[in-house]
Amino acid sequence: MEVVLKEIVIHVSHLTKFYGRLLALDHIDFDVKEGEIFGFLGPNGAGKTTTIRLLTGLSKPTDGNASILGFDINTEITEVKKRVGVVPEFSNLYDELSALDNLLFVAQLYGVPRLARRKKAEDLLKTFGLFERKDSPFRMFSHGMKRALTIAAALIHDPKIVFLDEPTVGLDVVAARSLRNLIGNLRQQGVTLFITTHYLEEADILCDRIAILVKGRIVKIDTPKALKAATEEESVIEFSFAELSSTLIHDISDKLPEAKLVVMDYNKVRIHGGMPGKIYDNVCQLIREKGIEIQSVNSIRPTLEDAFIKITGLSPTVMSIEKGGK
Amino acid sequence: MWMDDFRGIYYIVLKDMKTYYLKPPAISWGIVFPVAWILAFYLRNPRSFEDLVPGLIAMTILFSTTAAEAVVINFELRLGSLERLLLSPISLSAVLLGKVLGGAIFGLIMSTIITIGSVVVLGLYPNLFYLILIIIPSLLAFSSLGALLCVLVREVFEAQTLLNLPRFLMIFLCGVIRPVSSMPAALEYIAYGMPLTYTINGLWQSFSASPGTMILIDAMALMGFFILFIFPATKLLYRKFE
Ligand SMILES: Nc1ncnc2c1ncn2[C@@H]1O[C@H](COP(=O)(O)OP(=O)(O)O)[C@@H](O)[C@H]1O
Ligand SMILES: [Mg+2]
Repeated sequence: MEVVLKEIVIHVSHLTKFYGRLLALDHIDFDVKEGEIFGFLGPNGAGKTTTIRLLTGLSKPTDGNASILGFDINTEITEVKKRVGVVPEFSNLYDELSALDNLLFVAQLYGVPRLARRKKAEDLLKTFGLFERKDSPFRMFSHGMKRALTIAAALIHDPKIVFLDEPTVGLDVVAARSLRNLIGNLRQQGVTLFITTHYLEEADILCDRIAILVKGRIVKIDTPKALKAATEEESVIEFSFAELSSTLIHDISDKLPEAKLVVMDYNKVRIHGGMPGKIYDNVCQLIREKGIEIQSVNSIRPTLEDAFIKITGLSPTVMSIEKGGK
Repeated sequence: MWMDDFRGIYYIVLKDMKTYYLKPPAISWGIVFPVAWILAFYLRNPRSFEDLVPGLIAMTILFSTTAAEAVVINFELRLGSLERLLLSPISLSAVLLGKVLGGAIFGLIMSTIITIGSVVVLGLYPNLFYLILIIIPSLLAFSSLGALLCVLVREVFEAQTLLNLPRFLMIFLCGVIRPVSSMPAALEYIAYGMPLTYTINGLWQSFSASPGTMILIDAMALMGFFILFIFPATKLLYRKFE
């Protein structure tokens, strides 16, 4: 096996943030290596944005520390800012400036030399497929184009690390896929990426390693493959019932103490672990006694979703709750 | 680090000038309003128009420096574009200073136009050095006052409303249309607690035939107001990013 020693570019220790009395981040620790795509996966309110704000100097930690490219975020944040790019959760470029002018302004703020500015901006517009629209004001752009330009803006000063806060949230499937491709391509340029997301699938596709964050705590850090492997030995069977009541859930749990029940939907239940044959027999028997119909039974191949369920004990529906409870 | 901040201030001023200040809303608020106000006053109560010139210039300074501050500060805070400025290697104090200087420079352009206009039309001979000595610190004082009021609140409309309070209070109390010395003693004390009084005093002296050295005190008082406003404004803005 080839061993490549990569440098640690983000080192976080005991990072903690209180908002008043609310503990948003609770002593988190992790390292990110050079060239890695590191995912921060967690439901809304887990503390993903807070982590990015702390690491990029928009907010101060209550406790703990982090160093980025060897610079301390508490004392050398300006050095950090020069070397990292940030794609905020909400695209906040200037509505009234054109795509090109937005990039040029950001380049000016970062001190990109005058001669390099225009070329760099135009190259980025080409990379992100926006060159034809370079003179259109930002406000005229579609949501996907706005996200793309916001990513371009984060790259204008050739940062070593780019932080992306939920880059594809709110995009349609096609736009999200094309943006993911663009993000994936950044890897070839040797940029280290720190991505937050509450889309399991996105984390699975893009990331080399994933930290699962729940209520301000990191509950697990591993590769998507290893996370999935952890669930591979156990079976997962999904039942859909005509109707699902809490008594039925209780009865099933009582019969199968060794298995774990997760309610997926208004009529779906997944049963993790245990012997598949026994589970099947038991559930069928119970159903017959109660006179409830089974609509479907599936054996589920473990996905990152299952790994997430197993690790966090949360139902995956918490992940599909968008901001504002939509 | 200093270089980063200077560069940041420069480009923030340039961008705010282009996108907000040199546009019809700011220009009309900054110049049309003071002119209309003074003209209306003159028409109701005709006398020597020359006596109204210091008030006109002072009002132009006040209204034009603060004309777009609610937009450059509150609107940008709301949209997150101010936050974007802070992502770059520029300190928060420099960002606020950029915003304040933007207002001051716009005010300088507007008040220069008004001053040259009045001087040419009425054939006046002001002391140019005195004018500069009083106009520059006035621009800084009013712009930082505007910034302080803006960071006190969240929304653009709240900031606009709050800005009107000192604007109109000062028009009535600081000698724009009526000398402070002719007011009841209590109001006179209040007037000396407000920066516009010093601006008008200083401008009167710049236009008078035999100006005294009192103008230095006015200029220093105005610099004092600038410092008094800019520090808490910076501190309040810092608090939004703790
Ligand atoms: N400025 C703030 N003031 C008070 N509470 C905040 C602030 N920002 C975030 N929070 C709270 O901190 C927690 C974590 O928020 P956030 O980092 O935005 O989560 P995520 O990005 O994972 O959705 C949430 O409970 C949120 O309500
Ligand atoms: Mg977030």
